[in-house]
Amino acid sequence: MALLQISEPGLSTLPHQHRLAVGIDLGTTNSLVATVRNGISVVLNDENGRAMLPSVVRYLADGKVAVGEAAQAMQSEDAANTIVSVKRFMGRSLKDVGEISRLPYRFVDAAGMLQLRTVTGVKSPVEVSAEILKVLRSRAEAALGGELVGAVITVPAYFDDAQRQATKDAARLAGLNVLRLLNEPTAAAIAYGLDNAAEGVYAVYDLGGGTFDISILRLSRGVFEVLAANGDSALGGDDFDQRIHCWLLEKNHLSALSPQDTRLLLTHARAAKEQLTDHAETRITAVLSTGELIDNVLTQPEFQELSQNLIQRTLQLLRRALRDAKLNVADIKGVVMVGGATRMPQVQHAVGEFFGQTPLTNLDPDKVVALGAATQANLLAGNRSGDEWLLLDVIPLSLGIETMGGLAEKIVPRNSTIPTARAQEFTTFKDGQTAMSIHVVQGERELVSDCRSLAKFELRGIPSMVAGAARIRVTFQIDADGLLNVSAREMGSGIEAAITVKPSYGLSDAEITRMLHDSTQHAQDDMLARALREQQTEAEQLLEAVQHALEQDGDLLDQSVRSQIETKMNALRNTLQLTDHPAIKRAITALNDATVGFAQARMDKSVARALAGRNISDLEVES
Amino acid sequence: MAITLTENAAKHVQNFITKRGKGVGLRIGVRTSGCSGMAYKLEFADEVVGDDIQFSSHGVTLLVDPKSLTYIDGMELDYTREGLNEGFKFNNPNVKNQCGCGESFGV
Repeated sequence: MALLQISEPGLSTLPHQHRLAVGIDLGTTNSLVATVRNGISVVLNDENGRAMLPSVVRYLADGKVAVGEAAQAMQSEDAANTIVSVKRFMGRSLKDVGEISRLPYRFVDAAGMLQLRTVTGVKSPVEVSAEILKVLRSRAEAALGGELVGAVITVPAYFDDAQRQATKDAARLAGLNVLRLLNEPTAAAIAYGLDNAAEGVYAVYDLGGGTFDISILRLSRGVFEVLAANGDSALGGDDFDQRIHCWLLEKNHLSALSPQDTRLLLTHARAAKEQLTDHAETRITAVLSTGELIDNVLTQPEFQELSQNLIQRTLQLLRRALRDAKLNVADIKGVVMVGGATRMPQVQHAVGEFFGQTPLTNLDPDKVVALGAATQANLLAGNRSGDEWLLLDVIPLSLGIETMGGLAEKIVPRNSTIPTARAQEFTTFKDGQTAMSIHVVQGERELVSDCRSLAKFELRGIPSMVAGAARIRVTFQIDADGLLNVSAREMGSGIEAAITVKPSYGLSDAEITRMLHDSTQHAQDDMLARALREQQTEAEQLLEAVQHALEQDGDLLDQSVRSQIETKMNALRNTLQLTDHPAIKRAITALNDATVGFAQARMDKSVARALAGRNISDLEVES
Repeated sequence: MAITLTENAAKHVQNFITKRGKGVGLRIGVRTSGCSGMAYKLEFADEVVGDDIQFSSHGVTLLVDPKSLTYIDGMELDYTREGLNEGFKFNNPNVKNQCGCGESFGV
């Protein structure tokens, strides 16, 4: 028989309905979904056996949305409506995103987070990401045969609160329950920590499609502690493509290409980069829309030189992370390589040289994050008890509030482990001041204008007193996802105000509602399909159960009742051929009603059997 | 008659409750599922409810509601490992038939 697990009070599952949870690596270039099946973390492939879903979304004129390979194939032809590397725009304003002129999109600036104008309307990066997540969600539900209870989604350690919140919103829009956001390097450490179970200090070097993360982790007694995290949320494999792209422009004396040609050359640049992983040289040929022919040979040493600055930049951040952790290169016991871009030989070589040791690459660098996330999701979904991990994470940037003169006063310094709570006292600036504005900022700079504004709120009703007499305690609380709650309390009167950040790009609930509404058409199809499948399954189970009961206890029935039940069974079998789920439901109800008396009779019989041979006084003693 | 745990199962239950940080014991029961089927219920218990029947097995408190007891009296719970999977196994003498995987049963 099946092995059951203990559930929380009131949460035990119905037979065959287990808590299916997945880990999702929502990557800049590719996204993956993984789950724990039979105790092992595995990546779920699509029907064609492909694990990686290109993080590309194309909006078509007829309102349809293509995601993945299909969208990627049209990247050059329909550049403006085909959104690539949308992760770079999550929670970001136009000002945050550099090199806009090189991107083939029609940007719309909006408060806090930019938006993209497509053939089917203006889309927020949250909506675009949700399309990717929806595909992964339905892939997982098909593979696991049921509805997901939740997902762990990974984010770069360097993501600020706005970017984390945007990721959570995208998941919500895709109908996913986020169990937790997990830093990508931490997920990789979980995957490696489990497989190798080696104690010591490790560096996780994660060069993905669009983000670079370096994390210094200490693994001891099964606990992962992030000693330091650093990185650049705008540096990754895409930049290597850009370098090749620029090289092609220079070589061919080109400037100001059309968006289509830009995408075309970038696609060729990416292919060339991948070729150079195990080839000494590669030839790039393309025909531009102007009819111009591109035909160049790029060698590994040339590519190495083109990309040297990018690699140096990663090493710089690496040094800084080591400094933050107060460690030397010699303290690092192992180096974990994550992200497809770490397949580039020049990257492996440079990292190996920096640490004076060969980096670990025994897990697929594209899958390692998803695998670790799945392990964590399985744990959080309550499918595993015992040997839990305590994940100590750190906040990547300091959090604080604005004080007089536009200065940022740090309350939670960066690299503080989370979850955490810190408090500091402030006072009033003017005599009789009855309100105080609290402006929550994130960043390392001294001036508020150089930091990222996260939220603003007001504490009102402060009793009138002389300047400096009020004692206002501001408390910062950060949960395990890195999301922030700030409260202010005037100690004398006890008045209080608080805010949950809700970062300043501010997707309001109304906007979320609108987006959810926009997606209902698709959701309705899903819902109908699910309802049909559920009714069919229920009908089959019921038919089987009644059949079984008839075989065993048919003698309890008289012929007329029996034939009535059989008629209802046939009626139900007939509805199964149709796709009309309400009809199936009606037939199920009819059969259930017809068998009520039978079920009662069987119950009486079995109770009588259970009580046979015992007398009433025994029962009384026991109860 | 009673509900019992094997020593191994009791050790695991105690361990789980300790790690969970609260709980007075284990709640075991059945509920109807479908027309004639029943399914087991296995949950942590945070409190004893009115007519709960209590058993103690290897130091673990087991709570069963009187209705359920009819169907599972005499049952022993074991904790086993099967391949990479592990969990509780119900050895219920009252079971007359069960579905393929044993998650639902009839008496």
